[in-house]
Amino acid sequence: MSTQLPALQVVLPLLMAPIALIIRNPRFVWMLTLIVTWTTLAISLSLLMQVLDSGTITYRIGGWAAPWGIEYVLDKVGAFVLVIVSAIGSLVMTYARRSVEQEIPAERIYLFYTMFLLCLTGLLGITITGDVFNLFVFLEISSLSSYVMISLGRDRRALTAAYRYLIMGTIGATFYIIGVGLMYMMTGTLNMADLATLMPAIADTRVIQAALAFLTVGICLKLALFPLHLWLPNAYTYAPSMVTAFLAATATKVAVYILIRIIFTVFGGVNVFEILGLQNILMTLAIFAMFAASTIAIYQDNAKRMFAYSSIAQVGYIILGLSFASETGMAAGIIHLFNHAIMKCTIFLGLGCVALRMGGVSIRDMYGLGTRMPWTMAAIVVGGLSLIGIPMTVGFVSKWYLVRAALEADMWPVAVLIVLSSLLAIIYVWRIVEAAYLKPAPENAEPVSEVPLSMLLPLWVMALASIYFGLDATNTLTIALDAADILLNGGLQ
Amino acid sequence: MLNRASILRVVSKLLIPPIMVFALYVQFHGDFGPGGGFQAGVIFAAAFILYALIFGVDNARKVAPAWLTRTLLASGLLLYTGVGVVAMMLGGDFLDYSMLATDQKSAQHLGITLIELGVGTTVSGAMITIFLIFDGRLRAEKDD
Repeated sequence: MSTQLPALQVVLPLLMAPIALIIRNPRFVWMLTLIVTWTTLAISLSLLMQVLDSGTITYRIGGWAAPWGIEYVLDKVGAFVLVIVSAIGSLVMTYARRSVEQEIPAERIYLFYTMFLLCLTGLLGITITGDVFNLFVFLEISSLSSYVMISLGRDRRALTAAYRYLIMGTIGATFYIIGVGLMYMMTGTLNMADLATLMPAIADTRVIQAALAFLTVGICLKLALFPLHLWLPNAYTYAPSMVTAFLAATATKVAVYILIRIIFTVFGGVNVFEILGLQNILMTLAIFAMFAASTIAIYQDNAKRMFAYSSIAQVGYIILGLSFASETGMAAGIIHLFNHAIMKCTIFLGLGCVALRMGGVSIRDMYGLGTRMPWTMAAIVVGGLSLIGIPMTVGFVSKWYLVRAALEADMWPVAVLIVLSSLLAIIYVWRIVEAAYLKPAPENAEPVSEVPLSMLLPLWVMALASIYFGLDATNTLTIALDAADILLNGGLQ
Repeated sequence: MLNRASILRVVSKLLIPPIMVFALYVQFHGDFGPGGGFQAGVIFAAAFILYALIFGVDNARKVAPAWLTRTLLASGLLLYTGVGVVAMMLGGDFLDYSMLATDQKSAQHLGITLIELGVGTTVSGAMITIFLIFDGRLRAEKDD
């Protein structure tokens, strides 16, 4: 049975989505989804163990051999991202029931969970597939379902936010598929490993360079790299709380993973960074993202919007890490992928708790909440500290490695910029702290109780994870360094 | 709706059965000639939508209530993934049709036919659902 795990990982949520559609009872559907997410976590953990023990796993869909058939390939990077996605999925789902009951009309809850299962299918599929076209299919599954999930937000503006995301996301996916089409035209194959072997010989052609340009722009739209981030703030702000927590922690991360796969696996034999100056472009945009998005975040009054902008800045850090194209830099990017997923999930889950009790998440809603909802606010602060990069949190590990990578590459101005941009994070996190702990609660405030344990528990698992992996980063770092080593030396082999 | 357009009513009554049969032909002949589940699903749904246009959406809803189209949508996908899972349970890889029968050729045949049937079911369910939902929205706006 263990040989079937790569397929089961994707098939299980895909199979359960239509069943959820037929069941319809909100409570049952939630339980079904909960079981599915925890099972996918178990599967992805055992896959990670397998990969760490015995190297890359491959799986042939329908028994057709690659490069003709669709092949699933799982190396350390993929297995690591699988664990991130499924762990976030299962924790968010444990948390979801109360939050979803409050924010989504009862007759639509089953549709919501169906969409969640499809989105999970897509994200897991993207991570595990070794076929560029199959990746596109999963990309569409995950994107279409996330547009629907966002549009289910209570605020009417969720509709326009989802529509905007739909337009931008579709442009991104179209660019990606144009890139794939051009590569297919030149090579006649869609298999990543096969493409990687054929690519060096034709890398100098215009067609392949155009393909790379389309792919990069398309994927950067999906991962919201500045200045292609315009869809993100509204989508995150108006989506239901648990959707924001889930998407912020997984969707952009998986998009980064696609970028890694394209640049370091498909174009692994070609030094794309030097030929096309991609390195300078990505690095410049990443640094702009770090500063511009953090600065905008400072001026937001809606906390969800504030952290949405902060997400754009954090994507900047990840891309900055990758753009060094050194082992330390890659490792910093990959580990920040993991770390940022944890801290953003903590913060958005915490904001979901605030939304449950206060009905909104503007800074004003948080006045005095530090004493009224101590556990929730403390978790948000832990997430915030991690975002800044205080020692003993995961954020510090990422920043440390980023600075090291910058120094190794003799780019000390970049190192200074990384530290400076962290100072901006202090300002917006401080606004939350100030509101929650230093401002008095409004005079006529109704008494607020702490959120139920079913929400507090996942929230604190996340918050503690961001401390634990900050204190003991050995495991995550080993995986990230190994992954970086594999990627820089040609990928899938 | 178009109560007095008798030509339209008669012609569409004549056309709807052949359209449905043609959909089934495209569905089951898809592995020999042009066609397949997706096209068949669209053609099948087109017959239904024609009915709704001529005889009114209310009548159409009686034929295909929401629970039915929803079940169609779900069951097609279930059939598709179900075939894959059955292949896995019989010891093959996901969607490995050769596990489905002892004879290699008929196993492939059976596999692709079931898969395409799943695609056809879901696509026709989706097309009909989209049409009815659009109509529902228009009504909701008129009522406001």
